[in-house]
Amino acid sequence: MADPAPFINWSLLALSPPGWGSVLLSGLFNSIQIAVGGYSLGLLLGVGGAFGKLYGGPIVKDLMECYTTIVRAVPELVLILLLYYAGTDLINQLLALGGLPSVDISGLAAGIFVIGVVQGAYSTEVLRGAIKAVPAGQIEAARAFGMSPIKVMTRITLPAMLPYAIPGLSNLWLIATKDTALLAVVGFSELTLVTRQAAGTTKAYLLFFCAAGVLYLALTLVSNFFIGIIERRARRGLVEAA
Amino acid sequence: MIVMEQRDRQKCRTTKNQGNCFHAANLDVSDAGDSPFMTDEAQAIAVTDLHKRFGPLEVLKGVSLTANQGDVIAIIGGSGSGKSTLLRCINMLELPTAGSVSIHGETIAMKKDGRGGLMPSNRKQVERMRAQLGMVFQSFNLWQHMTILQNVIEAPLHVLGRPKDEAIATAEALLRRVGLYEKRDAYPAFLSGGQQQRAAIARALAIQPLVMLFDEPTSALDPELVGEVLAVIGDLAKEKRTMILVTHEMKFAREVANHIVFLSQGKIEEQGPPDQIFGAPKSERLKRFISSIH
Ligand SMILES: Nc1ncnc2c1ncn2[C@@H]1O[C@H](COP(=O)(O)OP(=O)(O)O)[C@@H](O)[C@H]1O
Ligand SMILES: [Mg+2]
Repeated sequence: MADPAPFINWSLLALSPPGWGSVLLSGLFNSIQIAVGGYSLGLLLGVGGAFGKLYGGPIVKDLMECYTTIVRAVPELVLILLLYYAGTDLINQLLALGGLPSVDISGLAAGIFVIGVVQGAYSTEVLRGAIKAVPAGQIEAARAFGMSPIKVMTRITLPAMLPYAIPGLSNLWLIATKDTALLAVVGFSELTLVTRQAAGTTKAYLLFFCAAGVLYLALTLVSNFFIGIIERRARRGLVEAA
Repeated sequence: MIVMEQRDRQKCRTTKNQGNCFHAANLDVSDAGDSPFMTDEAQAIAVTDLHKRFGPLEVLKGVSLTANQGDVIAIIGGSGSGKSTLLRCINMLELPTAGSVSIHGETIAMKKDGRGGLMPSNRKQVERMRAQLGMVFQSFNLWQHMTILQNVIEAPLHVLGRPKDEAIATAEALLRRVGLYEKRDAYPAFLSGGQQQRAAIARALAIQPLVMLFDEPTSALDPELVGEVLAVIGDLAKEKRTMILVTHEMKFAREVANHIVFLSQGKIEEQGPPDQIFGAPKSERLKRFISSIH
């Protein structure tokens, strides 16, 4: 008599085939890459968006308002489908106009772009609020000592607003790590997609989705650890409210 | 003597002879006779017919003021009379509606802004001018994310481009002078108001300014902390450092200033040496102001 099949076949998680462990890990790695890239792009867009909203001319302000309103109003899944398919189509049409051969946009680049655009809209609002929380006198002092607008921004405004921005920005980071799962719809091999493949192939649904959940959880816990360090450092000049 | 010091400072700026600048920051100018050097260059600041309006409210209605090297000018006047606005127009934190400001004989170039006011024609020039004016604010405005030492070396490093070790040496000497050397690695929020204001004075001195501008430096302080800040400012006055000081401390103004300007409703109502202003005021408004203070 053969051994009864164990309820959970842990060997499916082994790193080498027929185990799916390494596939899951490479999916996680892809997810992290997109999250880091998209989040960074989002921060850049957010800094630009926040300064544009606060200090830009009327046209810039309106443009920023459109951007944040539209991106925050439309479901992310729709945005991803739109930006991914319409975006690659647009690029190829532009290339064709210039007489260039069409290109395959890599899933990674497209993913970073899509997540970045979405994150940019939310971080614009987070950063705008944080910049407004910086006491006006600190920026005034910087101007009074002859700093150029760029110096004021990089030396004073951005570091001074950090403690007010970090709670919102940390949330956005955690959301970015999970938004990567939406890229499964465009066939990018991030963690959720490879999990579905593994589960579908082996029929061990419970095992693989729990495993993916554990990986997402681990990512969050590690993130929280680093966020704590960054937050303590950013708040070092503030007296803690009792 | 004053002129010598000024020349030295200029030389430091231009020749990058950084070692010598340190002494200029230490300012041991002991005695100073009247300067024979009375060209425009001796005019540290010249404000001519300055007007400023905020919407319908005309806050400055044609103010002219000259600060020569070594002058300590105290601006007094009731609340809302435009003292801060005048000071802030000198370094263009507020843009005047009309009139001109010159620093060390160089006029800040302005052009029409198309909305009935003025704006600087050249941002770089304004930044260069500002870096010669050490501003001390009522509410200190130290940068909260930097330690005291970092606050003091910030402008020397990132505006004036001084080498780091020189900036630190100068800053430490200044902090020692204002009695805050031990607090150099503390963050501003952990200091008392008096300590923060002394740090802010050190920060302003660190750029080796041509003129120090003080906007009610003790008004935000608890009464028991006022003395320590006035002591530092009085010290600077004794060295004949050029200063323009907005203050409500009349006794102090009388002691340290060589010229008092009484501002009322956006105009200079009366000005002159302290003994005349406080001892024999002419205008009714000044008489009333002085009696209201006592
Ligand atoms: N940014 C501003 N916008 C509108 N009004 C202002 C502004 N700054 C100052 N004022 C007004 O200008 C007048 C003079 O202000 P200020 O120069 O601060 O007076 P002081 O320093 O003598 O008390 C006050 O009536 C004040 O309300
Ligand atoms: Mg004032």
